[in-house]
Amino acid sequence: MIAFLLRRILQTVGVLLAVGIIAFSMFRFVGDPVNQIVSIDTPYAERVAIRASLGLDDPVPIQILRYLGRVASGDFGISYQFRQPVSALLAERLPATLELAFCATVFALGFGIVLGVVSALRRGTTLAATLETVSLVGISLPTFLIGILLIFLFSETLHWLPSFGRGETVRIGGWTTGFLTESGLRALVLPSITLGLFQMTLVMRLVRAEMLEVLRTDYIRFARARGLHTRAIHFGHALKNTLIPVITIAGLQLGSVIAFSIITETVFQWPGMGFLFLQAVQNVDIPIMAAYLLLVAVIFVTINLAVDILYTVVDPRLQLSSPRAG
Amino acid sequence: MKTLFRSALWALAAAAALQLPQPAGAVTLRYANQGDLKALDPYTLNETTTLAHLAHVYEGLTRRGKDLSIQPALAERWEILEPTRWRFYLRKNVKFSDGTPFTADDVVFSSERVRAPGSNFATRVPSGSKVVKIDDHTIDFVLTGPNPIMHYQFDYWLIMSKSWAEKNNAVAPTPVSATTPSYASLNAMGTGPYTIESHQPGVKTVFKKNPNYWDKIEGNADEIVFTPIANDSTRVSALLSGEVDIIEPVPLQDIQRVNSSGTAQVLTGPEVRTIFFGMDQVRDELVSSNVKGKNPFKDKRVREAVYKAIDVDVIKARVMRGLSTPSPLMIAPEFFKLSKEFTRPKVDPEGAKKLLAEAGYPDGFEVGLNCPSDRYVNDGDICRAAIGMLARIGIKVNPIIEPKAQYFSKVLKSGGYNVSMYLLGWTPSTGDSHNVLYEIMGCRNDPKSPSRGDTNAAGYCNPKLDEMTDQILVELDPAKRDQMIKQAFQISIDDYGYIPVHQQSLAWGVSKKVKLVQRPDNSVLLYWATKE
Repeated sequence: MIAFLLRRILQTVGVLLAVGIIAFSMFRFVGDPVNQIVSIDTPYAERVAIRASLGLDDPVPIQILRYLGRVASGDFGISYQFRQPVSALLAERLPATLELAFCATVFALGFGIVLGVVSALRRGTTLAATLETVSLVGISLPTFLIGILLIFLFSETLHWLPSFGRGETVRIGGWTTGFLTESGLRALVLPSITLGLFQMTLVMRLVRAEMLEVLRTDYIRFARARGLHTRAIHFGHALKNTLIPVITIAGLQLGSVIAFSIITETVFQWPGMGFLFLQAVQNVDIPIMAAYLLLVAVIFVTINLAVDILYTVVDPRLQLSSPRAG
Repeated sequence: MKTLFRSALWALAAAAALQLPQPAGAVTLRYANQGDLKALDPYTLNETTTLAHLAHVYEGLTRRGKDLSIQPALAERWEILEPTRWRFYLRKNVKFSDGTPFTADDVVFSSERVRAPGSNFATRVPSGSKVVKIDDHTIDFVLTGPNPIMHYQFDYWLIMSKSWAEKNNAVAPTPVSATTPSYASLNAMGTGPYTIESHQPGVKTVFKKNPNYWDKIEGNADEIVFTPIANDSTRVSALLSGEVDIIEPVPLQDIQRVNSSGTAQVLTGPEVRTIFFGMDQVRDELVSSNVKGKNPFKDKRVREAVYKAIDVDVIKARVMRGLSTPSPLMIAPEFFKLSKEFTRPKVDPEGAKKLLAEAGYPDGFEVGLNCPSDRYVNDGDICRAAIGMLARIGIKVNPIIEPKAQYFSKVLKSGGYNVSMYLLGWTPSTGDSHNVLYEIMGCRNDPKSPSRGDTNAAGYCNPKLDEMTDQILVELDPAKRDQMIKQAFQISIDDYGYIPVHQQSLAWGVSKKVKLVQRPDNSVLLYWATKE
C-alpha cells in the first residue's frame, strides 16, 4: 500500500511538472501581457522597461525554471491585473467556488437520485416520459444558455432571485461564506442549478438505468417472494445497490464541477476561481493562469488518488491485483 | 466544543450586524461596469474606467465639467506669468479625508511621484519642468519651453497627500509590473467627495460620502456600491431586475430591450474616441497580401480608392444601429472647434475602381485586415462590413479578427506593427489635436523626437505635417493655433494617410429613478447622480 502511495505521489509530481511546462509554452500564444497591463498610449520605452522587469524577454525555458523555482518555495507571483499576490487572490476566491460546487453537487445528487428512482419505478408512464425528455434537455443545453434563461425568468421577470454575485458574505477566519445570510443563500440558488443541472441529469439517467437493472435481479425477486413491503424492496435493497456507481461518478464529477465552473461563474459574475481564471485569460494574466492550472491539476490528481484508495477499501478484491496506472 | 459553539454564535451575530439596514433616508447607488477598477494607486494605470472611479476619491488641480471644459478644482485659478512660467493659486481650507490640510507640499510631492519610474502618467507634468513652492498655497511650474496645453491633463493628474504616502511607505508609485503589493494600490485617500470604504478587486468596491469635502456634492448618493459585471447579458439583467441602478456599457443589441422595459432607459451620446482604418504605407512589401515585391498602399491612388469604397453611413445604419457619428477627422469635434469645416469625400466605388486601375491594379488585390473583436463597439462587425465594401472595387480582404490580447500584440510598436490594414480607436488623452498629430500621424523613427509616431502603425509620414505639429506644440495664441491644426489635418487628408470611420456612441443603462450626467469621455461620475 505504501509503495503504491509513493508511486502515485511521484506520478503526481510528474503530472504537475507536465502541466506547468505545457501551460507555460502555450502562454506565448495568448498575447502580450504588457498591452493588457498598460493603456494604449503608454510610451514604447515604458513598455520595454515593463517587459524587462516582468522577465518576459527571457527564453521560455528560463521563464519556466524561474517560475517552478518560485512555486517550489510557495510563491505564485503577483497578478498583473490586480497587483496582489496570486496565492492571496486564489485563497480569497476559493470559498466561493467550493461553496458553489458543494451546493451544485447536493442539488445534482438529491434531485438526480429521486428523479431517477421515480422514472425507473414509474416506467412507461407519462411522468417518466416527461422526466426523460427534460433530462435530455438538461444534458444537451449549454451551461451559459441555461444560466441566461434562469436569470431572465427568475431575476428579470419574476424578481425572485439575484442575477449576479454572492450577496452578503460573512468572514470566519480566512473563509468567507454565503451560507449565513439570506442574500447569500438566495444568491446560491440559480448558479447551483446552472452548474449542477448537467450532473443532475447524468445522475438521474444513471440511477434509472441501474435501478432497472437491479430490479430484474434474482434477489429482488426473492425479496418479493418473501412478501417484503414494496417500499423496503425499492429503497432498502434496490436503491442501496444502485448507489455504488453513482457515488463513484459523483466523486469523479466533483473535480470537474470545481474546475469547470468557469462558465457558470462568468454568467453569474460569481467571484470564484473560475471567473478569475477567465478574466486572467482575457487579460493575459500569466501568474493567475499558471497557478490556476496547477491547482486544478492538484485537485484532479487528489480526487483520482482518493478514488483509487477508496476502491481498494470498498472492494477487497482489488487489493490483490497490482495497482492500476492512471 | 463550547468554544466552537461560542465562535459560531459570534459569527451569527456578525452576520446579523452586517445585515442591519441603512439609516433611514440614506441613498445607495449601485453601479456595474464591464471593466474593473484595476488599481487604486492613481499613478499606476492610465485608463478611463479606473481613473473615473479614482476621481471620486482624489482630485486634480483642475477638473473637467460636464461638457469637458476645464474648471478650477484644487487650484482656484492660474495664470501664465511668462511663456515658460505658470502660477497656480491653490484653494485654501481644503482637507484630505484623514483631516490633514492640503498644501503646496502635496502638489510638489505629487509632481515628483507622478514622474518617478513606474508611473504610467509621467507626461502629465512636462518632463524637465520644475515645480516650485512659492508659499503654502501658491505654486509655480517652470517649463523648458512654451506649452499652451500644459494643464489640459491636470484633471486626471490626481493629487496625493505627502504625509499619508510617507506614513504608509508609498512614496514611490506602484508600477504596473509591481512584484510586491503596495499600500497605495490597495488603499486610497484624497480630497475628493467620496472615500473608499472597502475594495475587493474584481468583486466589489464601496464608496462612502466624505463628510469633510470642501465643495458641495451635486448628487445625493451617500454610498456607492460598484460591481464589475463582465458578462453583457448578466449586466443588462441586473439593471432590468433593479439590482443595480447604472450599467456601462449596454450592448447595442440590448438597447431596445432596456428602453422598452419601463424600469430603465439607455442614455446615449457621442464618445470622443475616433475609430479609424490604417494602411501600412511604409513596408516595401505588405505582410499579408498577394502583391509581391511592392506595396500597393504606398500609392496614394490606392489609399484614396479604399477611402472612397468604405461607406461610413452604411456602417452607421447597419452595424452601429444609428449610434455613431461618421467623422471626417481623426479627432472628435468636442476636442477641435474647427471640425465643422471638414467634410468626408463622397463614397464613390466607380471612381475607386478607376483609381485602382490607374495605379496598376485593375483586378484589385488581396490584403489582410486586422481587427479586435472585443475592444470597441461592434469592432468585428465594422471590419466584416468593410470586406463587402472593398470587394465591390475588387480588393479581396482576408479578415483577421481576434480578441484584443492577440490583436494588440501585433498592431503596436512592441509587436513590430505587424499588420497591413487594421482598425484602431484613439482618444487623445490630452483632449487636444497635438496628441493625434504626434502619436498617430507623426513620422516614425524621428531621431530628434524618438517617441513620435509610436502608435502610427500605418507608418504614414509627411515631414511638412511634423513641422506643423512642432509649431502647434508651442503656439500660445488659441485662434492661430486652431488654424495651424486645421492645416495639419488637411495635409493628412490630402495624403489619404488614414481613413477615419466614426466616433462611437456611449450607451449607459440607467434606472428611471436615477438622473445623471453623461460626459463624452465615458467617465461615469456619480457625484453628479441623483436617485429618488
